[in-house]
Amino acid sequence: MQTIQTDLNIEAIRSDFPILSEVVNGKPLVYFDNAATTQKPRAVLDALNGYYEHYNANIHRGIHHLAEKATSAFEASRRRIQEYINARQHEEIIFTYGTTDGINLVAQTYGRAFLKEGDEIIISTMEHHSNIVPWQMLCEEKGCILRVIPINDAGELLMDEYEKMLSERTKFVSVVHVSNSLGTINPVAEIIEKAHQVGARVLIDGAQATSHLHIDVQALDCDFFTFSLHKMYGPTGIGALYGKRELLEAMPPFRGGGEMIKEVTFERSTYNDLPYKFEAGTPNIADVVASKYALDYVASLGKDAIGTYEHDLLTYATDALQSIDGLRIIGTAREKISVVSFVIDGVHHQDTGVLLDQQGIAIRTGHHCTQPLMRRFGIPGTSRASFAVYNTTEEIDRLVQGLYKVKKMLG
Amino acid sequence: MTINERQDELIEDFELFDEWESKYEYIIDLGKQFPPLEEQYKTEENIIKGCQSKVWLHAYMQDNKLMFEADSDAIIVRGLVSMLVKVLSGHTPEEIAKSDLYFMERIGLHQHLAQTRSNGLASMLKQMKAYAIAYQAVNN
Repeated sequence: MQTIQTDLNIEAIRSDFPILSEVVNGKPLVYFDNAATTQKPRAVLDALNGYYEHYNANIHRGIHHLAEKATSAFEASRRRIQEYINARQHEEIIFTYGTTDGINLVAQTYGRAFLKEGDEIIISTMEHHSNIVPWQMLCEEKGCILRVIPINDAGELLMDEYEKMLSERTKFVSVVHVSNSLGTINPVAEIIEKAHQVGARVLIDGAQATSHLHIDVQALDCDFFTFSLHKMYGPTGIGALYGKRELLEAMPPFRGGGEMIKEVTFERSTYNDLPYKFEAGTPNIADVVASKYALDYVASLGKDAIGTYEHDLLTYATDALQSIDGLRIIGTAREKISVVSFVIDGVHHQDTGVLLDQQGIAIRTGHHCTQPLMRRFGIPGTSRASFAVYNTTEEIDRLVQGLYKVKKMLG
Repeated sequence: MTINERQDELIEDFELFDEWESKYEYIIDLGKQFPPLEEQYKTEENIIKGCQSKVWLHAYMQDNKLMFEADSDAIIVRGLVSMLVKVLSGHTPEEIAKSDLYFMERIGLHQHLAQTRSNGLASMLKQMKAYAIAYQAVNN
């Protein structure tokens, strides 16, 4: 089989990720569950340790040396994220626990303050549960109506249907940039433009997009954009929410507590300025600090080089997997990131996952927290292999061989 | 045969296999041979939902013994389910309620019991014990 031409030194990249030398069930680990979470390079691990070893302190209020150092590192991460997604101002970047937290923040603040009975919220068939349930909760509370953009059999949004749905009743559109189950890249710029024409606000769930695609929130003109750092080589438990300043200013706060206030009396409290208004309590300082190193790492490799290499891995894997008799790829959109979801005739995805795990190969099986999408395809779940920059064609060959073994054992 | 004798028998069966392939081929075989649960018992009430596969468990009393029948839509889970049924079915509620299941760990399959959400097996075992305790209360 042919290998992929790339300017990246994949072997050197692999050696930046200590976990890739793990042995699982007696075999070298093949990690193809990157859409769930990516592994972390040594630079990120060192940054985490470095923070705790040298400058662990609570931020923003301390005047001692450690507090100042921690605060500077924390705010440097905010500016790095601002730059990464090209936000206008660093105050437009709110730290969250992750993508889910960001969506809940918008639903519970913007949604509760500005949406009312009869208003329509549009999502799509391929949303993760985290971009369905927060809106259902809001609809239940406020009497809003949830509408869902349908998809075709390839796993692409039906844009005509979306346009037909839009009206002066549409007040909010919340769609996923890249589908975690199918890999489909949605035409978000067009979605945003159309929504704005009827005066609706738009949130983009960028969880699967940020490690693969260039993100420019100003060019997109989205109102909100939310993502998780752990899916882009950063630590778990940290995410970012971008919001346009005028919207963030107008929204009520989310959680109450320290840091988010200006002044507190027993009669009333006044709230802090952006971004602190939305960051109550001591944040996840170490993980925020280390996030910057993840973004620097991605930048050092080059987003374009990563994108091209991952796309080549996707093409290689798609061709190789399609050669397996009875295997059907779910999600065949023209525009995809490096995710391949598939089903095999007569084989339950869980059996596939268990038997691949015995061979040291980590994939994800199940409904991928997109049960309505699985229902649309009439399947209980899929097996999903998702690739990152440290994966290789040799590993894809091992997956294919592993699947032949699975078929033989279950046949 | 007592519950422990059945466990020991399974442990002995698995001692024959030194490779993962043969071990899992055996579990798959057990899954294939296990008689399917009659459709009338595949009810919403009998379902134990895992995140990935479904498990159905049907329990009834016969001659003071608690009987189990079960099924799953995934074949490996089906094989594992068949072992749990083989070990526990046909004993008195008292025996089942106080039983200590050690065979999964000894066979090296305990990870399947730990992953509660992914295969429903741990929930199934809990449900089997719950039936035993409930029937014990009825009998007393």
